[in-house]
Amino acid sequence: MAYSEKVMEHFSNPRNMGEIEDASGVGTVGNAQCGDIMRVYLDIDEDGIVRDVKFKTFGCAAAVATSSMATELVKGKSINDALKVTNKAVCEALDGLPPVKVHCSLLAEEAIHAALWDYAEKNGIAIEGLEKPKSDIHEGEEEEDY
Amino acid sequence: MTDHTIYLDNAATTAVAKEVVQEMLPYFETCWGNPSSLYELGQRAHAALSDARERIAAHLGARAQDIYFTSCGTESNNWAIKETMFAYRDKGRHFITSSTEHHATAHSALWLEKHGYEVSYLEVDSDGLIDPEAFRRALRPDTTLASLIYGNNEIGTIQPIKELAAIAHEAGVLFHTDAVQVVGHLPVDVEELGVDFLSASGHKFNAPKGVGFLYIRRGIKTKSFLDGGAQERKRRAGTENVPYIMGMARALDLSIQQLAQRREHAVALRDHLIQRVLDEVPHSRLNGHPTLRLPGNVNISFEFVEGESLLLMLEQKGVLASSGSACASGSLDPSHVLLAIGLPHEIAHGSLRMTIGHETTREDIDYTVEAIKEVVAQLRAMSPLYEDYLLGRKAVSAIKS
Repeated sequence: MAYSEKVMEHFSNPRNMGEIEDASGVGTVGNAQCGDIMRVYLDIDEDGIVRDVKFKTFGCAAAVATSSMATELVKGKSINDALKVTNKAVCEALDGLPPVKVHCSLLAEEAIHAALWDYAEKNGIAIEGLEKPKSDIHEGEEEEDY
Repeated sequence: MTDHTIYLDNAATTAVAKEVVQEMLPYFETCWGNPSSLYELGQRAHAALSDARERIAAHLGARAQDIYFTSCGTESNNWAIKETMFAYRDKGRHFITSSTEHHATAHSALWLEKHGYEVSYLEVDSDGLIDPEAFRRALRPDTTLASLIYGNNEIGTIQPIKELAAIAHEAGVLFHTDAVQVVGHLPVDVEELGVDFLSASGHKFNAPKGVGFLYIRRGIKTKSFLDGGAQERKRRAGTENVPYIMGMARALDLSIQQLAQRREHAVALRDHLIQRVLDEVPHSRLNGHPTLRLPGNVNISFEFVEGESLLLMLEQKGVLASSGSACASGSLDPSHVLLAIGLPHEIAHGSLRMTIGHETTREDIDYTVEAIKEVVAQLRAMSPLYEDYLLGRKAVSAIKS
């Protein structure tokens, strides 16, 4: 399994890593059992533009790189354009991913959607074309006993 | 990147020793005959092979005739397990192994299950040890063979093989041990251990990859693993890999000569590494038994971080190691060994195996500890799990700081 240079570059120097206090929307997807969790924070202004975006990721190099690239791709975009950032676009921007790692890019797309969903819920609005993300983890629900 | 490379993956493979390369060269350049040929060129190769067999046997307290050369540890395990179960299939079709075996054994067991045999998998405790009494209870009248790993390749735990083999024999059951991580690193005497089969692999003790052996106690029936010519007393056909076998004999000579010093060196560095990491990195835990452990094996889990990222970031600092995370292995589940000792998935994903060699120095270990501290802190700063933990969203950390 070999990663592209672009993947390694984003893994080594992730863009937009961190958190946003009082974010407009936060979404967390994935689960620790599978080894990948992504959380995306969005700061959306009154014109519906993604002013800032940050992420935190627990996962492999592909998970970190796709989080980094996905956040780059939605930054500065309108909500509708952000919604159009697909996992395919993330993959292509990273010069491809090994087949076993493609699911990481899907997770990145879902994390953005989950954050947008959270934003829509907080503001009591509906975003056309946005469905409730399947693997969204609600805070407090992921506690495990061990 | 850095020009400083610290190789801490000696359980994966070792560098071929210079003396071993020297030992092999004549068997490529001048003494390259087929050991089965009757003319002198072949007979010289045959004599060399016999010499290698005798030297290796002597290191293990075995008879030369009971050492069979193979291509690797995996072949040795496959042979001992599948062909013995097949040879004794009329006696009984029950096989016993454990939940922490190397894939060469675990997948051979799956093959048996698919082909009309029954397999029992012994559980291990949180240190990875098998309970001998549980083994005794698992033995049945139709049990033919038990195969248990001597020193675990992932977590380093050393099983009480002598005791386990004796229990098997009391019940008239044959006993195989995968000693791939042990031969060349700890004293091994097949008579003392009382095993019927023992697998070893050259490249774990500074021989090249592609050569290993299987010890088979005299008088034991087993089908040949490869059918063909009369090599290896008609039990393993195929022209012998003379240069590599000579290299393996030389590598084992060297390992045995220096075993005591190397063992002491590895244990000291191992314990130093374990101690420093556990003391200096919060939320870390040692996997495997603290003392009944392979000399060079360190396996530590770091909560809130994922193993593949850990490995790649350590590589950028020049430290080469391995991990039991799913991502690092290309499968979806983390290491079966780490799950078998009871680790939750997310902790198993954050495991790091570092295996020390005789060339590792204390400076290497101290550098590695600093690298781990930096990398783990960086990954935790990136981890939503750590954020949740710090915010108290996750009530209890699984690992005490």
